[in-house]
Amino acid sequence: MLATLAFWAFSGVLIASAFMVVIARNPVRSVLFLILAFFSAAGLFVLLGAEFLAMLLIVVYVGAVAVLFLFVVMMLDVNFTELKQGFLSYLPLGAIVALILAGELVMIAMTWQTSPQAEALRAAATPEGMSNLEALGLILYNDYIYFFQTSGLVLLVAMIGAIVLTLRHKSGVKRQSVTAQVGRRREEAIEMLDIKPGQGIGE
Amino acid sequence: MIDIGLGHYLAVAAILFTIGVFGIFVNRKNVIILLMSVELILLSVNVNLVAFSSFLGDLAGQVFALFVLTVAAAEAAVGLAILVVYFRNRGDISVEGANLMKG
Repeated sequence: MLATLAFWAFSGVLIASAFMVVIARNPVRSVLFLILAFFSAAGLFVLLGAEFLAMLLIVVYVGAVAVLFLFVVMMLDVNFTELKQGFLSYLPLGAIVALILAGELVMIAMTWQTSPQAEALRAAATPEGMSNLEALGLILYNDYIYFFQTSGLVLLVAMIGAIVLTLRHKSGVKRQSVTAQVGRRREEAIEMLDIKPGQGIGE
Repeated sequence: MIDIGLGHYLAVAAILFTIGVFGIFVNRKNVIILLMSVELILLSVNVNLVAFSSFLGDLAGQVFALFVLTVAAAEAAVGLAILVVYFRNRGDISVEGANLMKG
């Protein structure tokens, strides 16, 4: 009973906030509604018994991705009212396509029936008497270790790519050049002068 | 109240997916909202994967949801980096000028 109520609450908030993400006039509000949507989705994941993914969603999405979005939205100095132009002209077509797509998908989803053979076709049956985290860890690090490593590689490439893209060398900034420092020789650094007493080196 | 089955979760994910597609349709100028719509679509895929994983008792679905999460995070990082560079070069973030980028 409580779980049913929670499902309706979480899914209602999820859909409403996702809709607000799309139609909000101010992108900062969009990001904040995106955070709310992620929280609600995490709630749905908890209801489904996927506690680890729920926590991951909050840590990774809310903690990193959404804050990154917020950071970029606030950093870019853009006139956002100008960007909303054309919203109304695209609205009718978008609404028609969205309604048809939603209707079709929901009709498919609500009439879903699981095949009797589905039990036998499971790739990794959920073990009994084990927490979600423990079972997921066992499967992830045993059966899917190469995928896990590859996803780490994907993140590394993305990190390097983001750094390379946004790195900018400003001109007119003095920088240390280690090769120039180390490669300096005696001849170009020291000049020997023979100075007579009482004359100095003034020209 | 009716029992919550797999179909309900699938319906929620379908509606979420549609909202993401709708967002891509109506926000043709604002790349930030476009990226957020893509995040919504990926989230709906994750809801699908986790729902199937839970109702069929197959943990592999949650592992795949984890990988989708990874790719989504990487995509957001690189997408926003491209957006920052684009803004630096052009001074706005309208997609309609993106076809000017040649060579």
